Amino acid sequence: MSEAAIATITPTPAVAARSFEAAKDKVSVRDLRFYYGDTLALKGITLALETRKVTAFIGPSGCGKSTLLRVLNRMYDLYPNQRAEGEVMLDGENILSPRQDLNLLRARVGMVFQKPTPFPMSIFDNIAFGIQLYERLPRSEIADRVEAALTRAALWSEVKDKLRASGLSLSGGQQQRLCIARTIAARPEVVLFDEPCSALDPISTSKIEELIDELKSDYTIAIVTHNMQQAARVSDYTAFMYLGELVEFGETAKMFMAPADKRTQDYITGRFG
Amino acid sequence: MPEHIVRSYDDELSDLSQKIAEMGGLAEQQVADSVVALARHDGELAQRIITADQRIDRLQHQVEEAAILMIAKRQPMALDLREIMAAIHIANDLERVGDLAKNTAKRVFAVESHFAAQRLVAGVEHIAELSLAQLKRVLDAYADRDLAAARDVWERDDEIDAMYTSLFRELLTYMMEDPRNITFCTHLLFCAKNIERIGDHATNIAETVHFLISGVPLTEERPKKDDSSTTSVEYARS
Repeated sequence: MSEAAIATITPTPAVAARSFEAAKDKVSVRDLRFYYGDTLALKGITLALETRKVTAFIGPSGCGKSTLLRVLNRMYDLYPNQRAEGEVMLDGENILSPRQDLNLLRARVGMVFQKPTPFPMSIFDNIAFGIQLYERLPRSEIADRVEAALTRAALWSEVKDKLRASGLSLSGGQQQRLCIARTIAARPEVVLFDEPCSALDPISTSKIEELIDELKSDYTIAIVTHNMQQAARVSDYTAFMYLGELVEFGETAKMFMAPADKRTQDYITGRFG
Repeated sequence: MPEHIVRSYDDELSDLSQKIAEMGGLAEQQVADSVVALARHDGELAQRIITADQRIDRLQHQVEEAAILMIAKRQPMALDLREIMAAIHIANDLERVGDLAKNTAKRVFAVESHFAAQRLVAGVEHIAELSLAQLKRVLDAYADRDLAAARDVWERDDEIDAMYTSLFRELLTYMMEDPRNITFCTHLLFCAKNIERIGDHATNIAETVHFLISGVPLTEERPKKDDSSTTSVEYARS
């Protein structure tokens, strides 16, 4: 429904327009600054992750893209001397607030890392463990959730006969999909991928990309990648970051066909540095 | 524009635009020669044009092959991608321009010397001047990456169209006047059409150059004055 259509059926169009905006953007970051000790790593980032879309973050090493991702589920809280200023609204609530329940936040905002990180336990328990962190469920229901998560992560058919085998016995690509299954078993709303394919072969990479395509019908996704072609393939929006600043943010097709900023162009065409 | 980190990428891209420049030069020459051959009834020149067309065809294949290989090898993005796509498109247009010149050259043998020839051929020559000027301007726009010049070419095709329509009427009148004019006039009409189409290819190239430079397609309605497809001349009954 268009904004105009909403305006005609509600008496307070200004408010309606705002709630429409809120529904469109799952996460909205405003003037975010991030410090590692005294070093300013993010210099006032403002952008939004649209609901059920894939947003890719690209930029040279050290540009702050992974830092930004780690702010979105407050992963940085694990480390002393790291702090964030500004606003990160998840469904309109500032997750940087000290009152934010971090366990709840990480259930809502799941993360998949660069290297597959299966726990040293069975495939089944790898998933069940994730669920039990956040919910108490009867055994049978857990089994259903495990199957659902593995199916969603396109891994079920490959592991259904060896659920008791160790998660570490799987190939790298399977391990990464196991980690994705573990993340989505907790039923997050946002999934963050931090270079999910950098340790994988091309076939496994394709499977992960296919999976990201699948997952975006249910989740809001952010992905950090060094592979420009991957960003071009999987994302709806792309953000180019450089030296802690957001240089350009826009529709992926536009970013890779005709970027507005010269620095973006130089970077994506391999003319940088 | 700073250079690519991988230097051979720059070399490949500049090779590509050099090939286009070479094709452009050849195509211009072929068109100019074809009109001279037509005006002077020069069969020898016409034969040379027909043979030389192969060089343009070969260059087009080379551009296409190099472009496809670059896409596979480099996964080009942004300006680089537009550069490569532009080279493919322009090479295509120039190859067609070459074919049209060749077609005009072939008609030199079919056109007998004729009483009205000079006047009518002058009309064709005049269209050719305009088409060639357009072709030259657009190739310069490509070489200089000149957005305004490309746009200028794109907007100016209507002059050629208008002139073609007027020549079309004139030829039609001659044909109705005396059936013996029909063969000659038909060939001349095809030559004029060839040359008018060369103007269209120049505008295609202008669109390509515009997209190459700006990343934005030229989408507005272009001014058109070619009414020949709806033109008829009343048969004069005596």
